[in-house]
Amino acid sequence: MNSKPTNVVIAGLGGQGVIKASDILAEVAFSSGLDVKKSELHGMSQRGGSVSSDVRFGERVFSPMVPEGEADFLVVIAPDQVQVNAAALRQGGILIEPSLIDESSLSNKKSINVALLGVLSRHLPFPVEAWTDALGRNLPEKLHDANLQAFSIGRAVGETLKQTTGKER
Amino acid sequence: MEDLEQKQALALLSGDEAVAMAAFDSGVTLGTGYPGTPSTEILETFETLGGKAQWSPNEKVAMEVAIGVAFSGARALVTMKHVGLNVAADPLFTVAYIRLDGALIIVSADDPGMASSQNEQDNRRYALAAGVPMLEPSDSQEAYEFTLRAIEISERWQVPVLLRMTTRVCHSKTIVRRGTLTIPPPHEAHFEHDFPSRVMIPAYAKPAHRRLRKTLAEIAVWNDEAGPNELIKGLSSLGIITSGIAFQHVREAAPEASVLKLGMTYPLPLERMRAFAASVERCIVIEEGDPYLVEAARTAGIAVEGKPEMYRFGELNSARVRRILDGDTSPEAKPVPGKPPALCPGCPHRSVYTVLKDLGCIVAGDIGCYSLGVLPPFQAMDSLVCMGAAIGVGLGLRHSLPPEEAKRVVSVLGDSTFVHSGITGLVEMVYNPPESGHVLVILDNGTTAMTGMQEHPGTGRTLDHAKTGKVVFEDLARSLGVRNVHVIDPAQELGKFQELIQTCLDKKELSVVIARRDCLLAARSIREYERCNEQQAN
Repeated sequence: MNSKPTNVVIAGLGGQGVIKASDILAEVAFSSGLDVKKSELHGMSQRGGSVSSDVRFGERVFSPMVPEGEADFLVVIAPDQVQVNAAALRQGGILIEPSLIDESSLSNKKSINVALLGVLSRHLPFPVEAWTDALGRNLPEKLHDANLQAFSIGRAVGETLKQTTGKER
Repeated sequence: MEDLEQKQALALLSGDEAVAMAAFDSGVTLGTGYPGTPSTEILETFETLGGKAQWSPNEKVAMEVAIGVAFSGARALVTMKHVGLNVAADPLFTVAYIRLDGALIIVSADDPGMASSQNEQDNRRYALAAGVPMLEPSDSQEAYEFTLRAIEISERWQVPVLLRMTTRVCHSKTIVRRGTLTIPPPHEAHFEHDFPSRVMIPAYAKPAHRRLRKTLAEIAVWNDEAGPNELIKGLSSLGIITSGIAFQHVREAAPEASVLKLGMTYPLPLERMRAFAASVERCIVIEEGDPYLVEAARTAGIAVEGKPEMYRFGELNSARVRRILDGDTSPEAKPVPGKPPALCPGCPHRSVYTVLKDLGCIVAGDIGCYSLGVLPPFQAMDSLVCMGAAIGVGLGLRHSLPPEEAKRVVSVLGDSTFVHSGITGLVEMVYNPPESGHVLVILDNGTTAMTGMQEHPGTGRTLDHAKTGKVVFEDLARSLGVRNVHVIDPAQELGKFQELIQTCLDKKELSVVIARRDCLLAARSIREYERCNEQQAN
């Protein structure tokens, strides 16, 4: 059997860019030649309710859904959604939450989703160019600067976080 | 050469996008449908790729237009969510009898678990009931290939084909290699009279039904021999028969098991299933939703195990598949409740519900964003059945409630829902008016907001937002003979709106109130479309 896929759950509230963030992550994994599946529920969730999106990548991925308690990473964009999604994370999995980012350092506060991807990026084996390319393709041009800034702020935070939690992966 | 390479390039696509791409690659002449999660993106993507796509007022009309396309010899795609097929069921059951010249592909996007639906009906039952061959993709690659195969099957046997998808196939993104399958080019559109084939009067329908059953028997033989089914050899101690998304969960939950994955689930490859079941010690059927496969297998005398009843409800996932394999029927952990959706701050529907609640109305409601009026803080919607039901249900309540209660009944539905199936309800209101009169409020926010801002005949713009004929609700209501027809902005003129509803409730007459204000999320785009269309006109 192939090695197990890496499981990432991205969660937040409708309108926070959960789906956008998972699109970017899935594209990065895809451009690196891995099998990728990404899944979420649309619809009612667009009206400000809880939203979560599963991204799985590896040599071969079957089910598009991250099984409960098997997420290697849980990225939560809204502080009050951490508890709601906590069960997704496996023991020893890494929680990436908005409190890691100093919001005032972001030139656009809405880029918090991308800043958190920056944190995540330090834990994943993809080159930084794959991330910046995917950001460019998925976001409108006038928001590129703000998002690249947010991404690098997150990436710097991720570096610190990795030093403290890295051994668990 | 470059073209071929480009065509075979890999892409990360949703199942919906993959269906659209296959429709485009195979020269589908027209895509029709009515928006409905999780099917909406198919036509939108088809249009973006360069295909011709149209929103119809509802699924029945969409199906009928598609049937006409198939009668001409061309290829038609019609898309809808599962409950949409109920609306289109009337043409479905009879078009199955008809010998088609072109291809007719019907996409039914089912929603097990009801992420965004009022029920979790399993539309595989429709294939069986109507006698329509059915394919079930399990990921985006299959969504692409099965769309092409569906066209091939439709043209070879001159029958409509049901492409049955589910939420996790429609909305999951997986890798697709394009151009893996080539099918013959479409026929030239033309018309020849063929009365016995297309005119379903009893004299012609009787032999047509016999012909359909014969065709289905032929397809069943083909499905056994060469259908899009896959055998994965594994342990002889455990064999699993599965289809659609459940296949992916099975592969994850039981990688060592032998698996018979069914791609065409009507008519079933019963002999393959029989041989497979005989080749393993334990044969279990893993399917999402109703026990459709397990019942068919048992009826054919194939001994298979099914899933416990508790797994009929909701979606499957790899953990639930493991539980089924273990025979585990202990209660499942309930997920931590998330934040429920709510009407957007500043949404015009908010004003309407505030007023209806204040006036103590009994509200027969309907399907759309405004269904959220049932939740706190409003709790001002008393029923939701199906698209358009607000009017009929409201009338029924008026007919039967004691006068004091009857006069407080209001029917509320959205603009797109009104066009979809509210117009006949309005005709009923004029034709069989309750003694106490009635009040219909059309929440006209200028878009099909719930499914992601699609156009409809009331916006006067087509799927790609170009200007077209516009159904004007107030004109329509007046032309049907409703005397009290009012148009008002409920957010801008809240006080006046309240007075108006009160006045209408007090009259023993029929009133139609059109609460008109653009959806907050769509308003900017609507202004932009209007500006572009005006520029083009000048």
